[in-house]
Amino acid sequence: MTRAPTWLLSAILAVVLLALWEGAVRLFAIPVIVIPPPSAVAAALWQGFGNGELVANFWITLAEVVLGFIAGAAFGLVAGALIGLFPLLERTLYPYIVAFQTVPKVAIAPIFVVWFGFGIASKVVITATIAFFPVLANTIMGLRAAPAEQVDLMLALTASRWQVLRMVRFPQALPYVFVGLDVAIVLAVIGAIVGEFVGAQGGLGFLILQHDFNFDMPGVFAILVLLSALGTGLHWIVTATQRRVVFWLHDPAHRTIGA
Amino acid sequence: MNAAAGLAPPLIRARHLFKTYPARDGTPVAALSDVSFHVGHGEFVTVVGPSGCGKSTLLRMICGILPAGEGELALRGAPVTGPSASVGVVFQSPVLLAWRSVLDNVLLPIDVQRRGRTAYLPRARELLAMAGLSQFEGKYPHELSGGMQQRVAIVRALIHDPDLLLMDEPFGALDAMTREQMNLDLLRLWRGSGKTVMLVTHSIPEAVFLADRVIVMSPRPGRISEIVTVDLPRPRRLAMMATAEFGRLTETIRAHFGAHGEFDA
Repeated sequence: MTRAPTWLLSAILAVVLLALWEGAVRLFAIPVIVIPPPSAVAAALWQGFGNGELVANFWITLAEVVLGFIAGAAFGLVAGALIGLFPLLERTLYPYIVAFQTVPKVAIAPIFVVWFGFGIASKVVITATIAFFPVLANTIMGLRAAPAEQVDLMLALTASRWQVLRMVRFPQALPYVFVGLDVAIVLAVIGAIVGEFVGAQGGLGFLILQHDFNFDMPGVFAILVLLSALGTGLHWIVTATQRRVVFWLHDPAHRTIGA
Repeated sequence: MNAAAGLAPPLIRARHLFKTYPARDGTPVAALSDVSFHVGHGEFVTVVGPSGCGKSTLLRMICGILPAGEGELALRGAPVTGPSASVGVVFQSPVLLAWRSVLDNVLLPIDVQRRGRTAYLPRARELLAMAGLSQFEGKYPHELSGGMQQRVAIVRALIHDPDLLLMDEPFGALDAMTREQMNLDLLRLWRGSGKTVMLVTHSIPEAVFLADRVIVMSPRPGRISEIVTVDLPRPRRLAMMATAEFGRLTETIRAHFGAHGEFDA
């Protein structure tokens, strides 16, 4: 199969599902405040973009997600590298990080709002704490991923410990790091919305609550569409970056090498 | 044994070498027991034996990546205390770095030992050409077949012009046809180079075909059963495998394993 028919099938599927949804809502006369028809959602999207409400709040949420993701990923990378390289840290520090990870971030969110206020800062912190762990865990695992033979080869070539790290362990960890980043970017969107639910002055999560209070279901659904697009777009950026950086993994034959 | 041995120290000298590993339950397991041999400059020596006879352990000790055990192990007359920059190593798997192109993989020893790439580029291209890999220098390992990957590994081992090449079952993962071709290619690269090769294998015919001398090892614990001198003429041809002399040599070696009924290949 070539690519074009898959695309086409996908588009047809979307049209069919939307038509079924629209038809069912009309046929069974489901109230708009329970399930709005796609046409109403589209209208709400149009209106939201028109009056600038969606765009303004989109930027707020995007900023929270991106800043939180960068901060969380950066901490995850550095901490993961330290723990991955110094086994003593894994035995002493890592258990506490895991214990912290088991606390639901939603439960901590109200505390962060108290500490960092109703503005963007508290949301960035919540997002960062959520994005942190998957990057950390995958970095640790990635740094252990270098096959013993590769390390032996480097040692036989009289490589220093630092050269083994730079030339073998770091590149070998990259595929794992990207798995962590991909999980983190999706979680980052959740983190920002949760933070906005708990207490905010703007952002798409904040906007959802406002529309919800007004029983404006088409408005809520319009924001969900936008959030989905945001998450998909960010995931796509991470995946596209991964494909360029970890190019050697995107060949079906890659499993035969690297031993 | 070797005429040159009295004048200068042999390239490799092992005397009464012992090595034990701690097993999982803590009890020591003997890997090598009273191993003594020497390898002269320019010699091609193979080590043959069943799995677990300590032949890889021995090679890794000479590489300097496994701490030497008891006894004497010397390279050019000096005790082995760690890896040496004038040794080339080939393992059973190619161990190529997936993110480096063929040329960059070949230049890995140059990068590690900070010898300066530009000085070695012509040599890299020349060796790749000898290995039939000229068109592949810009390719990545995953784009090559298993045999080609192992060729790259051999070229990488030769790039910094080491005088000793250590090979640990380098062709063990290849099919029989590719393996024979690789044997011929290896001999072609070695001939006239003046390099010393020590190659570990569990194939008796391969050990005989390549070697000036075959060190035959038996397991539990690894000890040398016999050192067989191969006086087949060089250059070696595959047709020699059908000769009576070749058959006699392989039978001599096989007899060591037949007695124990332990050989696995």
